[in-house]
Amino acid sequence: MLFHKRGIPVQKGVHVTSVEQAVDAWNNLDTNVVAVKSQIHAGGRGKGTLYSPLDGDLILEGGVHIAKSAEEVEYFSQKIFGNKLVTIQTGPEGKIVNNIYIESGCNIAHEYYLAVLIDREEQALLVMASTEGGMDIEEVAEKTPDKIDKIWYKFGEDVSPKAIKLGESLGLEGNALDEFESSLTKIIDMFWEEDCEMIEINPMVRTNDNSIVMLDAKVSFDNNAEFRRKDLISELRDKSEEIPTEIKASEAGLSYVKLDGDIGCLVNGAGLAMATMDVIKLYGGEPANFLDVGGGANEEQVRTAFEIILDDSNVKGILVNIFGGIMRCDIIARGVIAATKSLQMEVPLVVRLVGTNFMEGREILRESGLKIHPAENLAEGAKMIVELIGE
Amino acid sequence: MSIWIEEDSKVLVQGITGSQGLFHSEKMIEYGTNIVGGVTPGKGGQTVLHNVPVYNAMKEAINETDADASVIYVPARFAASAVQEAVDAFYELKGEGTVICITEGIPTLDMLKTINFVEERDGVRLIGPNCPGIITPGETKGCKIGIMPGHIHRKGRIGIVSKSGTLTYEAVDQTTGIGEGQSTCIGIGGDPIAGTSFIDCLEAFESDPQTEAIVMIGEIGGNAEELASEYVQEYISKPIVGFVAGATAPPGKRMGHAGAIISGGKGTAAEKTKAMKKAGISIANDPSEIGAVLEQILNK
Repeated sequence: MLFHKRGIPVQKGVHVTSVEQAVDAWNNLDTNVVAVKSQIHAGGRGKGTLYSPLDGDLILEGGVHIAKSAEEVEYFSQKIFGNKLVTIQTGPEGKIVNNIYIESGCNIAHEYYLAVLIDREEQALLVMASTEGGMDIEEVAEKTPDKIDKIWYKFGEDVSPKAIKLGESLGLEGNALDEFESSLTKIIDMFWEEDCEMIEINPMVRTNDNSIVMLDAKVSFDNNAEFRRKDLISELRDKSEEIPTEIKASEAGLSYVKLDGDIGCLVNGAGLAMATMDVIKLYGGEPANFLDVGGGANEEQVRTAFEIILDDSNVKGILVNIFGGIMRCDIIARGVIAATKSLQMEVPLVVRLVGTNFMEGREILRESGLKIHPAENLAEGAKMIVELIGE
Repeated sequence: MSIWIEEDSKVLVQGITGSQGLFHSEKMIEYGTNIVGGVTPGKGGQTVLHNVPVYNAMKEAINETDADASVIYVPARFAASAVQEAVDAFYELKGEGTVICITEGIPTLDMLKTINFVEERDGVRLIGPNCPGIITPGETKGCKIGIMPGHIHRKGRIGIVSKSGTLTYEAVDQTTGIGEGQSTCIGIGGDPIAGTSFIDCLEAFESDPQTEAIVMIGEIGGNAEELASEYVQEYISKPIVGFVAGATAPPGKRMGHAGAIISGGKGTAAEKTKAMKKAGISIANDPSEIGAVLEQILNK
């Protein structure tokens, strides 16, 4: 859709949300073969597996299927809609498929890989291309790195000269080379203008009549640029695919990532939050989450943070680790007490407070009469919570 | 001596009339930072916090105050242009200067464009964005530019560089805890694109006579720690304590900081720790051990 608008060559196709629409799409496309493609925000869809969300029964191998009749389109879309697709990128929980793309077939002469991303070290856009399209690029990178060509672009740089060289090194010539050059120019423009984070095209196809078609693409956008991409995001975002607690956290200005362990963590600062997880693991525990309450959290945010941690039924204990800088420890202490009381928290709670007003903070916790275990430093706190949940 | 910022450096605050700018300006003044003015477009002519003059633009502010550095507390959507204005003004008027960008959440491509802009203006340094800032503690007061809690710092011989805010405080607290102090502490920030790298800081600490040992704190994502380790092996003679956060972070998930993500199996804590060890850096497995490991290498 984004590609089509910018004149980047894609196969004709229709986005559908029901079986009826899928069959209509077949009729309207007027072709003798289509691909029925599950649309979720993750890669590896072709090699994924569809399961029933109710009982976990296997429904269908593969999230992308070739159909040669209206009946086949109907059959595959019935199997796909409403079921969960598990791919190497979704994790075992998978994602429910609510959207399908019905795409016309094409005559493929060769498949290529093409991607644009931000190179942190070179501080420029990096374009990677390979003649080994359609495959897992991580595997290509590992086994035959010489088969990946790379070029870099600074902002404002003319795309054409390097694009032509790159196309030539992929073995493109004539019309295909021209189309590759103009497509890459448009893709780079799109990257800058739409605040992309990555554009991955796999495969890019050369057809039997020497044209270029971007057969399948995955585009990710920079969250930080959301403010100027509101329309696009509301159009593309499918919240049903996201983890509800992670949405709740981001709405409250907290940064939360769910993990598989049983010790919840509430920390200020991303680095310290990661280090807290690491130290829990170091002393034999398993962290249940990453949670950064940020630099200036208030009582309400601390409460929301506890709610989110306790929403995870695996959590058997919580470690609070605060280095008060901008954030004052007495405020955190009050937040902890308020949350403990109103949420009727029953799991063991270890709290480590240092930095601004830490004496007042510790005093407030002690006077509350609640069963809160104070810790002097991170290592002590981690050992304590691991012991407490082991009991 | 110290690096980049002296105890009495003259500092401007961009976004001084905003709530963040005002709050932290007050804290910086309390610490002893020589705040000579602020910049907010359209609010020139006012004064804030008993007598700090506000200017409309950076060039005007530098002309009036001869400032050495500027710190940015401007909201994310305007921050990149504030950086460009500051860098350009220092370059045009003085040919040197330090710009510290505290703002978190600046679009990555804005920073990519801005970094190229900064590179073309040799002599001006950008620290950050998305960082706690830089502090050079003094005997009595000192120069704190950013959001770190001033009271945990002491003047001393340890240089600290880190991608993370609160982990920097942790390291500072532990150096102070073993009776040591800091020459300069720099947060280089957790964004994928940053103005100052580990290598820039290590190079400066190596040539700073006050600094006798270094604490370097990294985190998952990118390969800045690996590049820094190669540099250490070649050029750094002073002892270093290292820690890398994120050993338990799952791949493909962004851990708070925009840059903290393991992608395609690259950027793991294990890889970074290994590279640092190979370069002779003493690793603390737990941030609570930073002080103890530092004590060991200082006594060698």
